[in-house]
Parts: sequence; structure tokens; C-alpha cells
Amino acid sequence: MDKINIKINNVDYQVDAGQTVLDACHSVGIDIPTLCWMRDLNEIGACRMCVVEVKGARTLVTACVYPVNDGMEIVTNSDTVYKARKTNLELLLSTHDQNCLSCVRSTDCELQTLCNEYGVDGMRFTGTRPRYELEKSSLHLVRDNNKCVLCRRCVAACQQQHVGVIAPSERGFNTHIACAFEAPLSETGCISCGQCIVACPTGALTERDDTAKVMEAISDPTKTVIVHTAPSIRATLGEAFGLPVGTFVEGKMVAALRRLGFDKVFDTDTAADFTIMEEAHEFLERVKNGGKLPLLTSCCPGWSKFLEMYHPEFFENISTCKSPQGMMGGLVKTYWAQKNGIDPKDIFVVSIMPCTAKKFELDRYDMHAAGEGIADNDVSLTTRELARMIKRAGLDFANLPDEAFDEALGESTGAAVIFGASGGVLEAALRTAAAWITGADPVSPDFTEVRGEVGAKEATYTVGDIDVKVCSVSGMANVESILRAVNAGEKDYHIIEIMACPGGCVNGGGQPSQPAKVRNFTDLKTLRAAALYSDDAKKVERLSHNNVTVQKVYDEFLEHRGSHKCHDILHTSYQLREFKY
Amino acid sequence: MKRISTVPFTGTAEQEQALKNWLAEHKQQRGAAMPALQKAQEIYGYLPLEVQKMVAEALDKPLAEIYGITTFYSWFALSPKGQNDINVCLGTACYVKGSGAIFEKLEKKLGVKDGETTEDGKFSLNAVRCIGACGLAPVLKVNEDVYGRLTGDEKELDEILAKY
Repeated sequence: MDKINIKINNVDYQVDAGQTVLDACHSVGIDIPTLCWMRDLNEIGACRMCVVEVKGARTLVTACVYPVNDGMEIVTNSDTVYKARKTNLELLLSTHDQNCLSCVRSTDCELQTLCNEYGVDGMRFTGTRPRYELEKSSLHLVRDNNKCVLCRRCVAACQQQHVGVIAPSERGFNTHIACAFEAPLSETGCISCGQCIVACPTGALTERDDTAKVMEAISDPTKTVIVHTAPSIRATLGEAFGLPVGTFVEGKMVAALRRLGFDKVFDTDTAADFTIMEEAHEFLERVKNGGKLPLLTSCCPGWSKFLEMYHPEFFENISTCKSPQGMMGGLVKTYWAQKNGIDPKDIFVVSIMPCTAKKFELDRYDMHAAGEGIADNDVSLTTRELARMIKRAGLDFANLPDEAFDEALGESTGAAVIFGASGGVLEAALRTAAAWITGADPVSPDFTEVRGEVGAKEATYTVGDIDVKVCSVSGMANVESILRAVNAGEKDYHIIEIMACPGGCVNGGGQPSQPAKVRNFTDLKTLRAAALYSDDAKKVERLSHNNVTVQKVYDEFLEHRGSHKCHDILHTSYQLREFKY
Repeated sequence: MKRISTVPFTGTAEQEQALKNWLAEHKQQRGAAMPALQKAQEIYGYLPLEVQKMVAEALDKPLAEIYGITTFYSWFALSPKGQNDINVCLGTACYVKGSGAIFEKLEKKLGVKDGETTEDGKFSLNAVRCIGACGLAPVLKVNEDVYGRLTGDEKELDEILAKY
């Protein structure tokens, strides 16, 4: 990389050429504030928080998009710069609903943080302030346009997901984020992934908060309240309590859940092992009987909703397996209820998910293994909602002891924990499929080619006498191009693992919000995934089919892989989902 | 905010063909959305959901983005024009002579707001700037008929509407 000489705040530096003023400043330890800028996603220079002085320029320039040149003299800390930023904040506040006291993002809001940093006090301007109704037509999301700063990060995130159901509408003071024709979100092609929520710097986009329902159930003495936690939560929950990105907090998470009053703390990872049993079985059956290939995975409800809305031509390709959330809820209310002599109607199952689409999934057809009217899962909470409950309960999270999941449905393998990262489901399935094809467990369970945060990863593995061609793809824009390539006959695979969120569940729409100043300079996906892969490497058992709990439940209850009973409890079906906007 | 039409869409096969031909020819062009929407409005007179969907699909753009463009520019209409187009001048001279109140009375009488069309499709109501007839202020136009020196009297407005 060529080096150039520049001056920042009267100090000489040598920095890489070809970068922006903002990156050059960051490289020498000076952070420039931003609201709208998200690297590679939303680089529009709109919010004007990042303005700096550049010698010779007629006006202040936006550091996020302005390239550095040799000999450039930049000033980031002058009174002019501070005043401009402060005024921009005051203008934003002039139309902003300032109910910070009751805002779910209070203390975690990028606008609030900047207002504090720049000493914005009181209302200098009173703008025309249109009032917007809350958009809460969907099961997973609430949009409060009164708290929107029009940074368009959500719009960029939605377009990155190849969905694009929101955009700025109208102009001037009336500009607001809307669906086409001001339609309710529930009538659009939204896949509920929640990437817009994690992109939002303020409280304008949040998940629908379901914590009150959970507290109510816990307080009800007639209910047995079960909680189970998705693989990726243990790699991200710590962030909500100030721990470094990628801290593995499984033991503290379990301890916290117990202290919140749940009767049993189970592990969705156990259900992930069941998923592999059924999905690997399904794959081998299709290979043996000339069934429809490629097999598409079905763990991700954002993806399966996308399929039902946009790609019904793949209905025969997608696995019929429920997601691990669905499998766990189903098993708790059938197998575990029966074993413990509890009426499934008296069991309340709460799942902790990295995902807002899981809230939508609760409402899908087929999600009532114990009978009509008995939902597999009663409530699905995001990582953020769980963190909120832990804070409300006054638990000192970082100093909790490490505790273990409850037995019965708490034991899992390394194959299950990697479900939380893009490529993990595929790798777990390959481990078991390889064992079943060759009749012996693979010497090394590592299929590293499908790992990593890259959008699409391809590999070919020779297993027995089959060359298994696989692909793991995450982020819906990448998924869309792979599906188009498969449709066009340009690509040919045996299995494709599909995750809606870029990087998989570790980067899910329900994960803790990280402000832009962290997100833009930290590889969240890789750090969080590393925590899962390192747990996998440490596990004694890393193959789903060797999970003794899984074996026991098949022996005692499910009969055999792919049995009629398995289909009733662990499988689902797909239907065309039409939408108007 | 722009009023979204509740009138059922009645586009013809010829109109659809005309739009699709244009789109097929121009969809590769950079920045095709604006001219496409102008063409569509020229063909249909306004831009309802059905028409915006055709444009969005042809250009491989999200519908929300197309809708965003149509609400940003005042040129684009989301409601069809009525059989009779009422334009009330709110330019300075007319306004000081009380055209604001006349406009509000018409809004009430017709049950529509600025830029909207009555449910029976008979009238659309628009507030416009100076139409160059200040000597007759306050002025309104129905189609090409000019009505000046209005008093704003209920009876007077009813009589004008009754002519159409």
C-alpha cells in the first residue's frame, strides 16, 4: 500500500493512500463521530456528524466519504468543527421524540451518546414535528418514526437482504421511513430478519418486547416454565454487559436464567443435534432414492420465509426439518412432558434466540407437536430482551458462577454449538453424513472450507464413493445470487446451507446492538463465531449422532430416524406466502 | 402527505403494453426510474400500486424505493384526476382576498384534501399558485372555466359545482 504524508491537528502522519479521511484519522487513534455511515453498506455522507476541516476546502467536509490526499491538512478538533457537529445534533433533536426516559435504547443510543459528548442541552430549535403512529403490525418489530434520524442505515440493511421493503418517503419535514404505499409491514415481503433493527442507531426500530409475557408465566404457579438458548447466545450475551466481543458466557448465561426463575434451563443445542440426525438422514435418503437435490437447510426462519415468498420453485429442495427452536419446543411438550407426567398445556416454553424471525416462526403452521392450540414455543426472546431481563433482575452478570444446563435436554455436542455461525449446520451435517456413509466416524471432524464470514463458501468432499458438493451461504443478497445460479444450471450442489443474516446467527437481528463506532471497525461476525468454534474444539463429543441424550430419546420415544413420530414432532411443510407490497 | 388512491385500478391492456414496451427498451439505461415513472404517468394519468409494481419489477428495484421517488417529487400523482379538475389559486393576491377559506370550504364540501379525488371520480381538488388572473382575485378554475371575484358564499360554490 502506498503511503502518503498528511497533517492531522498539526501533527505529521504517514498513512495509507486511498482511504477516507475518517479511516486515516482512525488509524492514528482519532475517532470521528458518525450516525449514518456504515462501512460498505451505507456510505452516503448524509448526517454530517463526521465533518472536519480540510485546508483549502471551501466548506467542512464529510470525513466518512472524503478521500485523503498527499499533503492534506486536516483539523478534527477545532471550535468550528465542534460547533457544526453540535448544531447538526440540535437540528436532529428539533424533530426528535425525546422520551429518552422510557426508550428501550436509552444509554445504548448513538444519538444520545453524541448529544452527551457534544454537550447538547435543551432544545435550541423547535422544528415542525409530524407525529407518526407506531408501526407494530408484525410479530417481530416495532417502528417508531418519531425517534428516527433518517440515517437510512435500516434501508441499506434491508436492501442488502435483497428484500428492500422500506425506503424514505415524502420530502422535507415529512420525510419518513415507510413501506410502499404506507402499507403495514405485515403486508410486505419483509422476512423478519431484524437486520434493520441492529442497524438502527436510536430507538426507532426495536424488536417487539415480549419480556412481560415471560415474567407473567414465571409468576404463575400452575406453569412449568422451560427456557432454552440458541447456540450463538453464549457467544454474544456478554456484550450487553460490557464484556469484550467474542466472550464465551455459557455458564453465566445458564446461572442467570436459573436466577430469573425458570424451572428448567435446556439447551437448543440439544435440538440442533436432533436437527442433524433428521437432516443428514433426509439427505442420505435423497441421495439413495434419487430425491430432489440440492438439499437446502431449514434452520433459519428468515430464509424459509424468503423461500415461501420469493422462491416457491425450491419447495421440494428445502429440508422438512423444523428449526432447532421448533424441535426443542416440540420435544419438551411431547417427550419431556410425558416422561415427567406434566400436561403440555401447563408447560410454558421460552426460547432465547439471536433472531427476530424466530418470533414470527412461533406462528407458523405445524408448530404445535403436542396438539392443536399447544404451541411448541410460547415466547421467543432475542438476546437483547434476555439482557434486559437480567439487568432488571439486578444480576451482576460478569460475576455469576458458571453453571451447567439441566439434564434431560441439556446435553449437546460440538456439532451443535457451531450452528450459530455460517457454515456450522453444513459442517455438523457433513460430520454425521460422513460417518453414516463410511460406517466410521470421520478421523477429523473439521470441515474448515465452509467456515468463515465470507458470503458464499463452496467445497467438494469425497465421502465414501460420493463427491459431495456443498455450499454455505449467508446474507440474502448472496443467497439470491446462488439460487439464481442454481436455477440457471450454472451451479450444482448436493447441499446448500442458507442463513438469512450475513455471517449467520452470530450476526443475527436479535443480537446485542453494537454502535457504529464498534461495528465499523470490528469484525463482529468472526470474533463471535470464533467463540463457538473454540467451544466446539474443546468438546469431548463433536458428532451429533453420538449425543447420548439424542440416542436415548430415539430409543425411548422417537423410534428411529425419519420415523412417523419424528415427522409429527420434528418436521414441517412449506406454503406459498403471498404479499401485496 | 400524498393521498393514495382508493379508486379501483382500471388500466387497459393497451396501456399496459405501452408501458411494458417502453420499459423493455429503456430498463438497462442508468437512472431509468425517473423517466419510467414519467412515462407511466403519461400513460395512466397517475401512479397506482399496480403501475408502480410494473416499473419496480422491470427495473429490478424495490417497490418501496419506487414509491419513495413518487412521493418525493410533486409532479407524480398517486390519485387519478377526476373528470373535472378544480384548481383554487392560493397565490398572494387571491390568498389575501380569502381564497384560503374558499379552498377549505371546497375540501369540506367534496370530502377530499389537496391533490385528492372524490370517491365518485367526479372532481379532483388542487391548491395552485398564481394563475395570472390577479385582477379577478380570488379565482378558481374548473377545467378551463375561470370563476373570479368569488365571495366564498356557500350558494355560489354550490352553483359552480352543480354545473358539472
